[in-house]
Amino acid sequence: MEHIRMPKVENVRLVDRSSSRRIKVGTLYLTATHTIFVGKGSEDRCELWVLHSLVCNVVKHKASQSGYPLLIHCKNFQVMQFIISQESDCHNVYISLSRLSRPEKYEELYCFSFNPNVDKAEREHSWDFLDLKAEYSRMGLPNKLWHVTPINREYRVCDTYPADLFVPQSVTLPVIIGSSKFRSRGRFPTLSYYCKENHATICRSSQPLSGFSARCLEDEQMLQAIMKSNPGSRFMYVVDTRPKLNAMANRAAGKGYENEDNYCNIKFQFIGIENIHVMRNSQQKLIEVSALRSPSMGEFLMGLENSDWLRHIKSIMEAGIFISKAVAEEGVNVLVHCSDGWDRTAQVCSVASVLLDPYYRTLKGLMVLIEKDWVSFGHKFSHRCGHLDGEAKEVSPVIDQFLDCLWQLMEQFPCYFEYNEKFLINIHNHIYSCHYGNFICNSQKERKDLCIKEKTHSIWPHLWENKLDFMNPLFKPDQSQNQGLLRPRTAPYCFKYWRRLYNRFDRELHPRQSELDCLMTVKEETQQLEEDLALCEQKLAVLDKERAKTLYMQKGVLESKQALWSLPLDTSLANTPQDYIGGFIGGAPNVFTLQQGERESAELCLFGDKPKSSDADNSDQESGVADFSSHSSGEESLPSEDSVKDPDSDETGPNRA
Amino acid sequence: MEFAELIKTPRVDGVVLHRPFMPTVEGTLCLTGHHLILSSRQDTTEELWLLHANIDSTEKRFVGSLGTIIVKCKDLRVIQLDIPGMEECLNIASSIEALSTLDSVSLMYPFFYRPLFEVIEDGWQSFVPEESFKDLESMTDEWRLSEVNKDFSLCPSYPSLLTVPKDIDDESLCKAASFRHGGRFPVLSYYHKKNAMVMMRAAQPLTGTNGRRCKEDEKLINATLCAGKRGYIIDTRTIAVAQQAKARGGGFEQEANYPQWRRIHKAIERSNVLQDSLIKLVEACNDQSHSMDRWLSKLEASNWQSNVKEILTTACLAAQCIDREGASVLVHGTEGTDSTLQVTSLAQIILDPACRTIRGFEALIEREWLQAGHPFQQRCAQSAYSNGKPRSEAPVFLLFLDCVWQILRQFPCSFQFNENLLIMLFEHAYASQFGTFLGNCVAERGKLQLSQKTVSLWSWVNRPQELERFLNPLYEPNNLVIWPSVAPQSLLLWEGVFLRWNRSTKCLDEAYQEMVHIIEYNKELQNKVNSLRRQLAQLETEDSPLQTP
Repeated sequence: MEHIRMPKVENVRLVDRSSSRRIKVGTLYLTATHTIFVGKGSEDRCELWVLHSLVCNVVKHKASQSGYPLLIHCKNFQVMQFIISQESDCHNVYISLSRLSRPEKYEELYCFSFNPNVDKAEREHSWDFLDLKAEYSRMGLPNKLWHVTPINREYRVCDTYPADLFVPQSVTLPVIIGSSKFRSRGRFPTLSYYCKENHATICRSSQPLSGFSARCLEDEQMLQAIMKSNPGSRFMYVVDTRPKLNAMANRAAGKGYENEDNYCNIKFQFIGIENIHVMRNSQQKLIEVSALRSPSMGEFLMGLENSDWLRHIKSIMEAGIFISKAVAEEGVNVLVHCSDGWDRTAQVCSVASVLLDPYYRTLKGLMVLIEKDWVSFGHKFSHRCGHLDGEAKEVSPVIDQFLDCLWQLMEQFPCYFEYNEKFLINIHNHIYSCHYGNFICNSQKERKDLCIKEKTHSIWPHLWENKLDFMNPLFKPDQSQNQGLLRPRTAPYCFKYWRRLYNRFDRELHPRQSELDCLMTVKEETQQLEEDLALCEQKLAVLDKERAKTLYMQKGVLESKQALWSLPLDTSLANTPQDYIGGFIGGAPNVFTLQQGERESAELCLFGDKPKSSDADNSDQESGVADFSSHSSGEESLPSEDSVKDPDSDETGPNRA
Repeated sequence: MEFAELIKTPRVDGVVLHRPFMPTVEGTLCLTGHHLILSSRQDTTEELWLLHANIDSTEKRFVGSLGTIIVKCKDLRVIQLDIPGMEECLNIASSIEALSTLDSVSLMYPFFYRPLFEVIEDGWQSFVPEESFKDLESMTDEWRLSEVNKDFSLCPSYPSLLTVPKDIDDESLCKAASFRHGGRFPVLSYYHKKNAMVMMRAAQPLTGTNGRRCKEDEKLINATLCAGKRGYIIDTRTIAVAQQAKARGGGFEQEANYPQWRRIHKAIERSNVLQDSLIKLVEACNDQSHSMDRWLSKLEASNWQSNVKEILTTACLAAQCIDREGASVLVHGTEGTDSTLQVTSLAQIILDPACRTIRGFEALIEREWLQAGHPFQQRCAQSAYSNGKPRSEAPVFLLFLDCVWQILRQFPCSFQFNENLLIMLFEHAYASQFGTFLGNCVAERGKLQLSQKTVSLWSWVNRPQELERFLNPLYEPNNLVIWPSVAPQSLLLWEGVFLRWNRSTKCLDEAYQEMVHIIEYNKELQNKVNSLRRQLAQLETEDSPLQTP
């Protein structure tokens, strides 16, 4: 709390980015965990909650006539502009937010104060939701080829690796230790994915410390053992995901890449994915393009091109395709590495896994995949996402690119993913929000040392509970299972700009009617109808039975009467279809109506110089009502799409810390 | 002229057909007066029937005695024919060339085509001006149907019946016509029922350098204004271009003479620029070798998406003036037959829910494009692969369809039709067995006797069997005005047309089928549940007297 210089500022104006003339006046509150804006007025009352951990940077702009503008950029691509009338207030908010959004210690992060109303057992249980052991056994491991080595139980061989690692049965402990000493940060080759059908595997490691000529017998034995663990193949691929030039430069520092002459039967391959710094700059440019105010088509397309973002996505995808084909089609083992083996390697292994295994195209499967290839294998979430105040050069959108690749695949294969893009966007949000403990720290060891499981909650059960929102209505499970390997196309026009992520908060840019929501509603209704149908049939059966009984019992009495009423009954049944058309299906199910938020279709601002005159008397649904209120109504329909209101505000208040 | 003269080699065996994403077919190639046919003579493989009129350009190559003809079609497809024998190949190539560039309209296929289906409703009679005027009459009595252009002498590109303000007599119309380019005086395009505002269209006024004025023209358009109200004139040219037009006798409405009107200039590109844009776009889409960078910069350099954005923006502006500002609008560019029609027709799709039904959309195309005198024959003579010097070809109509597709993408539940209808219209505008898009205006179509000698596209489309393909399963009538986003992020490349032949649609088709299935299953259940409920209700009411005898 000591960082809050100014807990409350009145008469703050929130400027809508799509139209600077749309302004909300209200009060700005700073709490220990959130920035909150509460709009004045009962009718267009709006609340905007933003977690400090989501704030990327805060910028003061030059004073304008109306006051002192403060621009807040968030890691989930939300941008907010406040105008504060007093300079000192603006400065105080600026200083406070600058500090609050850059915590120095892990303990300051929101996940340590986030306290939903669940007991200890429930929280611990939340961490058991995903079990990597179960995942490896789903793959068919351990088996006679691969087993878990206890060597890293205490994180002594490699402190950025998980405790449990799969290595070939034939590999001895000295070989592992020897190999780990010959690899950057001790990240020796270990298993990432095993293909039951043909025993081919994807293994991962860091670069070898080969320099210009060094070699290591144990490392060579290690690769040999991996190669031999796949009885069907006579060679293996070693994929270096870096551009060749970068890898060669590393040799001067005593690192580098495998020399094909020293390793038996390896085929060495460079892929050419750029490093984290290039990716950071690329995304920065992409964000600038996405945030342009009413750009021309040329500005947008050139900006998109100059960012190089889609080119990078393409290169990651192509690497994934290469590996997945090697495994599925050639049945060959692949060892993947980059420099340290926690960025590009994680991207490429996980993309390849999604292409290979339909399981990772299910909700649970994607959670497991992220937990395995990213969290457990030591993707440095804290550094890459900038959770703590620290080295800006360590920040890089490595996982964003993985999610982007997934989205590109979903665009190409609309029926093969169980989840929809909201799931990806939600995961993205929570990777940055520090709301849950999953993505805190840089390795399993750090998380253990910090007692993350004891002190924070896990995101996965929370997402699972809301899974109805994340389902792809077009998913065809049976087909997808048979489909096996996905073969995406990689022509440049197959890679598209992910508007839903990068312009997530610019509602006016998205289709006003969503096919996805529509189909989800229909599916939900269908489910209800199935239940109704069963109920009706049941009732009908009961009635029929009862009637038969009554008829039987009263037969004697009613025999003469029956003839009188059985006739009208029969004709009425014969009439049913006609009546039915007139009475019931005349009005088709009214499921496609626009959501309330959608009705208030935002208006084009073409009369830049002209004051609006006709809006006030326009009481119909189309008037260009402010976006914020409609925003929150959108939120209601999707409880887990958080972050405009308090993320998961149903669970906690802002001042709990 | 006999087609036989042009067909030097009517038949070649052993021809191999290559098409992207399809297996190659070997078979016999036949040339008829209107078709290029390739048949493998096996029941299992698909035959190729290609209208010569659909062929945009051809290229031939030889390797030894094996000749190859690359056929580039107006629907943007590219196919390759390997023809054994140099002479055969040369003959075929020159025949295709000659047959696909026939000058005389009356030799076109629609005049020879006999439908294999029974014409239930004659499309030529489906959308007559009298009918739409009846609709108008039910809403307002301010307008009348004038026969002043009965013999097309006043304005050759207008239809014979025109909707004009009631208070303006034919004599004034004649004077106004003499003041507008091509005689295209202001006529009613759309009446907005909600607030009684109107949209009119015309050609540029002939003010010239000395600022000519025409009282009748002023009176004509002022007659559409309510007392004390102002209107907007949307000029689809930049102010500079409009100024330059004065030197050639054209110009724009001077504020002094039209004090109740505010003029807005919104630039939409002219025809030759658009044709160039299409050629570049299709080149970019077909380039197989491109890297990511070159793709995006080529897409950008084609300017196609910019054109879509500008047209859509101007249409939104017109719609906004009418619906939000409560003002009447007059739209014109230079000739009033291209950008003007793009704007007026798109504005109607935004404003009027009726235009988003299949029937209404057809009526819109009939009214705002065919009757309004968009020169289809000239504009659609060549498509993206034309290598000759463009005469008056331009993808004006294709851009309109692209804009409709953009709105459809943004409001996927508000249209009764789907993308297939738009693609079909694009195809038929460029090459068709139907006569609908032949000729450049109503007068020409009359001379060609199209309604007697050819079949209307609508006769075919409106058959229930065909309609099914064009129905949008998500459609739920929506009476609101639909405001599309025109931000670059919101506008997409129309892959269904421009990447149609460069991709496999297996996964997308599957998704579409699944969507149809989800909705049909829902309706089926709905019906079942309703009928059971009825039965239940009936049984319950009839049982109750039984229970208490």
